[in-house]
Amino acid sequence: MEKKLTYALFTGCTAKESTPEQLMSTYAVADKLGIELVELSEATCCGASHLQDYDDFLSLVLNARNICYAESRGMTMVTICNTCQLNTAMTKHRLDSDPELKARVNEKLAEVGLEYKGTSKITHFLYALIDDFGLETIKEKVVTPLSQFNIAPFYGCHNIRPSELQNETHDSAENAYNPNSLDELIIALGGVNVDYEEKNKCCGFHAELQAPHTAAVLTGKALMGAMDANADWMVTPCPLCHLKLDTQYEHASHAVGRDVKMPVLHMQQMVGLALGCTPSELGLQHHVSKVNFV
Amino acid sequence: MTTITTQTITFNVFRFNSETDYLPYYKKVEMEVTSEEVVLDILNRIKWEVDGSFSYRRSCRHGICGACAIKVNGKGVLACKERMNDLIELFGTELTLEPLSIKRAVKDMIIDKEDFWVKHEAIEPYLISHIEEHPEMECAVTPAQAEALLDSDYCIQCGLCHYSCPVIEINDDFIGPAAFAKAYRFNADVRDNGIDERIDIINAPSAGVWDCVKCFECAEVCPKEVNPIEKITKLHNQIFEHGRAINNVATRHAVGFAHSIKKHGFLDEAELVRYSEGTLPMLMKHGKVGFKMFKVGKVVMPWNMPKSDKLDEVKALIKSSSTVKF
Repeated sequence: MEKKLTYALFTGCTAKESTPEQLMSTYAVADKLGIELVELSEATCCGASHLQDYDDFLSLVLNARNICYAESRGMTMVTICNTCQLNTAMTKHRLDSDPELKARVNEKLAEVGLEYKGTSKITHFLYALIDDFGLETIKEKVVTPLSQFNIAPFYGCHNIRPSELQNETHDSAENAYNPNSLDELIIALGGVNVDYEEKNKCCGFHAELQAPHTAAVLTGKALMGAMDANADWMVTPCPLCHLKLDTQYEHASHAVGRDVKMPVLHMQQMVGLALGCTPSELGLQHHVSKVNFV
Repeated sequence: MTTITTQTITFNVFRFNSETDYLPYYKKVEMEVTSEEVVLDILNRIKWEVDGSFSYRRSCRHGICGACAIKVNGKGVLACKERMNDLIELFGTELTLEPLSIKRAVKDMIIDKEDFWVKHEAIEPYLISHIEEHPEMECAVTPAQAEALLDSDYCIQCGLCHYSCPVIEINDDFIGPAAFAKAYRFNADVRDNGIDERIDIINAPSAGVWDCVKCFECAEVCPKEVNPIEKITKLHNQIFEHGRAINNVATRHAVGFAHSIKKHGFLDEAELVRYSEGTLPMLMKHGKVGFKMFKVGKVVMPWNMPKSDKLDEVKALIKSSSTVKF
């Protein structure tokens, strides 16, 4: 009998707020696969790549604190948001490669009785499934193959770029210009993966408030790309991409001059469907662009 | 010694002459490619062996002049540096050769880089220094001070990051990653006195750093490892450190994270939008989407906001580790 896979789960903020379906489906999938997730209840927001624009050092300290709690549990940290993954992995990379910076951060952490050591790995749930659980094993557990669906993978920037950093964090090498992890997952679940130009491009989420037109055009282009490639639905490992693609179709349609809308699933929901989870276990009722095929 | 291998590759070559063609077209060229060749070898062979009218820029063939940047299957490359074998491994045996920006194509791989240079010039890419006319000692830069440029001086102005940036394609005002990295290069130079001037340029709404979508395309594509987005973050920091932040939606969006984390540990999503936009603009701009989200259970009410455990720790760290004020 193999050892049970156990991770410290860094939920991030969206899974607790605007994408509750993401947290539900993460637990549903973990349950089906026998993976244990221990929630990092002490963790804070990672700063979402904006706090560091205001105060880079504060962002480092807060992210290092989050990692400390995975370290104290002696576990690999697993993230379920691309931006959490990037900010946390970037913090780890900077602290591990700069002893002087690490000392400065630890000086602050010591005030609350913590120390960043650099002992925990940090990986996104997508790569935990592929690297640790294995696509072959997932394939064996499929009860409802997704064979009737054309599925468009949308990778999300912060899981694939900068590739030098990303490829430090997971075993399966991913190339930012031709990523394949999500495609392979779709295939393992029996689905048909759809290729289109925007699959590794930006959804515009991070400029939504300050540059709404730019953000809407990017969302529109992503949805158009998937539609023109005959996708039935899209799938993404990032809840921020999901929010943009699922809820912003009106702004996007207006920006690109064409009605663009399609169901978008979280990576965990797609896995859950193939593993036989029920729609309510996967929170499919929490989507704005209705999931009309289940 | 490694043996040289050969593969048959099909190239779809972008062809366009702005003086005679109404539309561009793609010409199929099949070629035996050896494992020793780089993309520039292929461009040369297309011109020398297939069609003498094929046009592209090249000069140093040493990855330093920045002239030969093009795109292969959408990936920006310096033609003289990119090995064919790596591209074949990545994309297979059918490769599309295109100019950096199709809408700026003049002839085949040659583009009009005017917007790149206009934006480069806009950030005042030179030392602005109040130097005494008759100095008594040299203006020395220590190795540590030179390190602070973080390799931003390695930029060869090839345009790869500029024409891989999705914002450049949408927003004509946006200054872009290459010019931002250059602005940082001079702002970080101890001999320079133009930092406030330059901050005001890169702080402008629409043109400035706030419109960056944080996709990291610039960091990924740069052949000299300049890492433009790292410099964009540094420029954001300089705006606050020099007290030149304008109170607008973009700055409040960044600052709002600190407020939220202090209060909840987590980000209060609805409150961040309200704080950034203001109550009325929030309702006008986001009310409709917000209501749709509310109907499907995507909006957490204030009384249900999740809170991180050990919030006292977080508050203490924010107090002790904050380095700027807004």
